[in-house]
Amino acid sequence: MIRRVGYHVAMSVVSFLWVAPILWVIVISFRSFDDVAANGLGSLPHSFTFSTYKSAWEDADEFRALINSLLVTIPAVLLSLGLASIAAYGLARYNLPFRRTILLLMLMGNLLPPQILLIPISRFVELIGYYDTLIALIAVHVGFGLGFYTFVLHGFMRDLPREIQEAATIDGAGPGKIYSAVILPLTRPALAALGALSFTWIFNDLLWSITVIRSGEKMPVTPALLGLQGLFVSSWNVIAAGTVIAAVPTVAVFLRFQKHFVGGLAIGAVK
Amino acid sequence: MFWPALQGFWLALTNWDGLSAPRFVGFGNFGDMVSDPIFRTALKNTAIWLVLFGGLSVIGGFGMALLLQRERRGVGIYRAALFTPVVFSLVVTALIWRVFYQPDGLVDTVFRSVGLGNFVRPWLADPDTALYAVIVPALWRQIGYVMVLYLAGLKAVDPALYEAAKVDGASAWQRTRYVTIPQLKGVNSVVLSVIVIDSLRSFDIVWSMTRGGPYHSSELLSTYMYSTAFQSTQLGYASAIAVVIFVLALAVILGYLIRAFREES
Repeated sequence: MIRRVGYHVAMSVVSFLWVAPILWVIVISFRSFDDVAANGLGSLPHSFTFSTYKSAWEDADEFRALINSLLVTIPAVLLSLGLASIAAYGLARYNLPFRRTILLLMLMGNLLPPQILLIPISRFVELIGYYDTLIALIAVHVGFGLGFYTFVLHGFMRDLPREIQEAATIDGAGPGKIYSAVILPLTRPALAALGALSFTWIFNDLLWSITVIRSGEKMPVTPALLGLQGLFVSSWNVIAAGTVIAAVPTVAVFLRFQKHFVGGLAIGAVK
Repeated sequence: MFWPALQGFWLALTNWDGLSAPRFVGFGNFGDMVSDPIFRTALKNTAIWLVLFGGLSVIGGFGMALLLQRERRGVGIYRAALFTPVVFSLVVTALIWRVFYQPDGLVDTVFRSVGLGNFVRPWLADPDTALYAVIVPALWRQIGYVMVLYLAGLKAVDPALYEAAKVDGASAWQRTRYVTIPQLKGVNSVVLSVIVIDSLRSFDIVWSMTRGGPYHSSELLSTYMYSTAFQSTQLGYASAIAVVIFVLALAVILGYLIRAFREES
């Protein structure tokens, strides 16, 4: 009994310490500038204001940055999962030659440190005239995610029973029809998991955004947040508000897809 | 995907400023590294990063997974709390912690209130502490991630093994040491690869907190590579640094795979 109470007390303390930084930043984001200036960032709040959010949203134009982020993230997620599911379908359900090699190459591409690709890709994007466009960023994310998503979906599709496909073939369905009407619906849990994961990965990206995009008005919200620091030097309450705004979409996706999300991270571990 | 990678390797052998044509210099770039003090700092910091960030997140994540593996009341909340930082971007994480490290921020206040006021310093602006001040938030975010991986691994361990060990009179510590850890071999290799790759490409958090400064004291290979490439546009030299990162990642992963392979046969 005492051990159990001790366990819960200790774990509650650890959990609280873990989320405390987040709570503290939320508190700061509602403090007025005068309050912060007079009492310091380490003190308890003496004021309550929404003006910090207004500054971050309007003056720093986080609204536009969020739109940019969504314009990149949503097409990139849909496109890469769509292509990956087609590739995985082909590799898992048909006896294509070299399928193991293809799969391994795809996975290896994912293990490459991105640094080795930074310069060639930024030059290539410049060469074809897509430097500083959101399209280039989408393409980079699709290219980067494809290998891993194909690998995971392949593992998932391979475990579906053969009989389903045979039955559908007997009923006169072609490969396209089997893919869209049989395999895809059965793969939904894996797709949901990967969708939630890739959403946060792409949304949270910094390195590729600052490599491929230059102009401020095209920056997604993650790199734009860094610019906020330059704009509101030492207005930490506004920066805190901007940080909260930038964190909301991924937290929303996480809460909505919590089970899939954690499951998705685990897929890789058990495989 | 592989074509640009090959191009990267080729560029590493050239001297290129991005304007004129690349000039072939063989292994000259790698020779320059040896005498480049910033490169040496970055290499040393990357090693520190690998050991501290990698080691502590495995220990912390594994420990937390052991504590939270049994389904009982409240465990879901504790898991969620530890996992929350994982969904934040590293930039968000960095800014949250920058707020903390500000002069008169929470860190300073806490230090003063427990009588350690003498230790208070500009954490991120002091070359002695900058690197470690960046590792803490990186760990804060990584431990929850590693915990989830281990939780999935622990779930797959056959409970009958524990029962058998218990009947044989094994203590909790012995059960962990001789049943759990050997059973987790598969997960270990995944976690190790994830950690090594994450450490070597750690860029966001350092870039958002210190940009490798002050005086390159928190420079990692990845941040040094980025600033060489896109701020001082020495593209050839930057590619050579990227090759070093690549080789290090490959060496650690291959080394581990070979060892795991030997043990099996």
